[in-house]
Amino acid sequence: MDSHTILTPKNNKANILLMGLRRGGKSSICKVVFHNMQPLDTLYLESTSKPTTEKFHSLIDLSVMELPGQLNYFEPSYDSAKIFSQVGALVYVIDSQDEYLNALTNLSMIIEYAYKINPLIHIEVLIHKIDGLSEDYRLDTQRDIMQRTGDELLDLGLEGVQVSFYLTSIFDHSIYEAFSRIIQKLVPELPSLENMLDNLVQYSRLEKVFLFDVNSKIYVATDSSPVDIQTYEVCAEFIDITIDLDSLYENGDQARPAIKDEVKCISTLQNGVTLYLRQMIRGLALVALVRVDNEGDVYGGDKIEDEENGNYYQSCRDKNLQQSLAIIDHNVNVFKQGLEKVWEHSRIRS
Amino acid sequence: MSNASRKKLLLMGRSGSGKSSMRSIIFSNYSAFDTRRLGATIDVEHSHLRFLGNMSLNLWDCGGQDVFMDNYFTQQNSHIFKMCEVLIYVFDVESKEVLKDIEIFQKTLANLAKFSKNCKIFILLHKMDLVQLDKREELFTIMMKTLINQSLKYGFQIKGFPTSIWDESLYKAWSSIVCSLIPNMEHFEKNLLKFNDIIEAEEIILFEKTTFLVISHFSSAQEHNLLTGAGASDLDPKRFEKISNIIKTYKQSVSKLRTHFQSLVLHGSFSSIFIDVLTDNMYIMIVLPNKSLESAVRDKDEELLILDNIKRARKWFEKIEGGK
Ligand SMILES: Nc1nc2c(ncn2[C@@H]2O[C@H](COP(=O)(O)OP(=O)(O)OP(=O)(O)O)[C@@H](O)[C@H]2O)c(=O)[nH]1
Ligand SMILES: Nc1nc2c(ncn2[C@@H]2O[C@H](COP(=O)(O)OP(=O)(O)O)[C@@H](O)[C@H]2O)c(=O)[nH]1
Ligand SMILES: [Mg+2]
Repeated sequence: MDSHTILTPKNNKANILLMGLRRGGKSSICKVVFHNMQPLDTLYLESTSKPTTEKFHSLIDLSVMELPGQLNYFEPSYDSAKIFSQVGALVYVIDSQDEYLNALTNLSMIIEYAYKINPLIHIEVLIHKIDGLSEDYRLDTQRDIMQRTGDELLDLGLEGVQVSFYLTSIFDHSIYEAFSRIIQKLVPELPSLENMLDNLVQYSRLEKVFLFDVNSKIYVATDSSPVDIQTYEVCAEFIDITIDLDSLYENGDQARPAIKDEVKCISTLQNGVTLYLRQMIRGLALVALVRVDNEGDVYGGDKIEDEENGNYYQSCRDKNLQQSLAIIDHNVNVFKQGLEKVWEHSRIRS
Repeated sequence: MSNASRKKLLLMGRSGSGKSSMRSIIFSNYSAFDTRRLGATIDVEHSHLRFLGNMSLNLWDCGGQDVFMDNYFTQQNSHIFKMCEVLIYVFDVESKEVLKDIEIFQKTLANLAKFSKNCKIFILLHKMDLVQLDKREELFTIMMKTLINQSLKYGFQIKGFPTSIWDESLYKAWSSIVCSLIPNMEHFEKNLLKFNDIIEAEEIILFEKTTFLVISHFSSAQEHNLLTGAGASDLDPKRFEKISNIIKTYKQSVSKLRTHFQSLVLHGSFSSIFIDVLTDNMYIMIVLPNKSLESAVRDKDEELLILDNIKRARKWFEKIEGGK
């Protein structure tokens, strides 16, 4: 790969540098998050020896550059200063199942260097492969790593540097959650997006809404209520279900091309929750969780045993649901227009 | 409940071949991943499953370790092999002892010929995912040839499927097994046809509610091909079992919100799909083609109409289920 093309990205805000000792899990993370590789298949990954870059086109154009562990960044042939000056975030991967003291020394050395060149850089540490640690041990490990990193930085006179830590594994959704948060810090439009989503939640009475990048299942924004990992997982999986079902009837019949530019999927669950998905622009999808109550239902939705009453409440709920959905449809249209404007605006600027 | 609607199914094969894994995925909402937790089955595990209203399946999952197998063929033989409706026999395609596997299968046939000579036999050549893609068909053909020859000696016709818990092949096999037990199949088909005269769908599929196995389906492309003599439709021939797989995965997913799946409406890029409860024991899926450019306007009306029609169709299908 031509190192010049890697080193001259356009918008330096949206570049992420992925670093860490070898076998820490960097390539696996890239493959799983950006290429939908099955976690188990990463066992057969070759060790990376050259810097590689992943391009990721979503609301923002992002590039993730992986620097292999054995690379000597301070060798003169690599223009490390230039690399570090052009990235928005440094993501450092630590293998939590391995002896990590070396990694911590390496980490603080890199932080010192990166910070000197680019004081605005976000420093993000993934305490990775936590699937191998017991629940208690995870928190102990995190505490220990945070403590030691703090001490090292103190010794280097860098006590003001902000470092964020995440517990991650490619075997569950934690890696997506971490990347979502890391990337969100690099989206300059985030505050206005969040604001728009908060409005949507309020006017449509949604319980939770995510704006997902469909390919990677990273969410580029969500409303300001806290993220419950289970809700996130169900919403992310709902995207797959929708795509899988839709593609089943994609036949070779040329006479009937896809007419709709917009996929929409709505699924009701037995406890009155409805999942709502709408395709947006730029490979994004909006997924929301809606809870529809039965008006006048004092006992709570699922306790009705009497057949006749059950039907009555069911039809009440159906009616409420149809009304809610009509409102949501309308508000989501408004949101989509807003999103298009945000995107236009950011394209002009960059 | 009458005896006729109570069906005994034997699930047999050597230890580790994957019997309990399949059972747990099809009938207990396990994911393929969850099956790694399963230990070897001790003796026989019975499960009673209600199926389509008045049918009850009695599945005997027979632990396959040699000690147990020897017992089934000697002391327990009449207990195990009496009054069987269906035998599902599982072979591990990666097995290192093929001859021994076949020998045990023969013993099973001999006992079955003695105690339940009208039993239907299904063979699952399992763990196909472990075989290289281009070798699968050859392996399947060779193995089935041997097994068919063996079975004929005992007067049995067998039906075989390549299966794996890691793809949808599992659902195709089990759907076929379960459909072989439904006596009034042709009624379902007739009613689907009738229903389609009203809604003019591209495809209608009926699923059993808990397993999401396909019971019956109607495809307009198929009808059309019969009339014009054209080739098979260009839709994915594996779509039925794929849908079972997708919805099972979805059911697993929403269980994280401590609830159950109820219905789904998808306005997709190629068609509109409606999945809804039909009767106490069945789900229906209706696929409509995307017709016109003003479809967005039509969507709402169309949607209500379809959902209404499903409600109306409920009565017909409840009748068939009741065996009338
Ligand atoms: N690769 C692969 N592994 C499978 C498949 N089906 C089952 N397994 C694995 O095989 C192992 C044994 O499966 P079981 O279902 O316990 O086997 P069993 O036939 O019930 O064994 P006994 O109860 O001892 O008779 C489990 O670890 C499963 O995860 C498959 O299709 N492919
Ligand atoms: N248990 C576990 N193993 C992981 C995880 N992520 C990566 N690995 C394994 O770690 C090994 C090294 O990963 P690789 O991506 O090549 O590391 P790199 O040298 O940093 O790019 C591989 O065998 C992966 O399967 C994880 O979250 N949990
Ligand atoms: Mg077992």
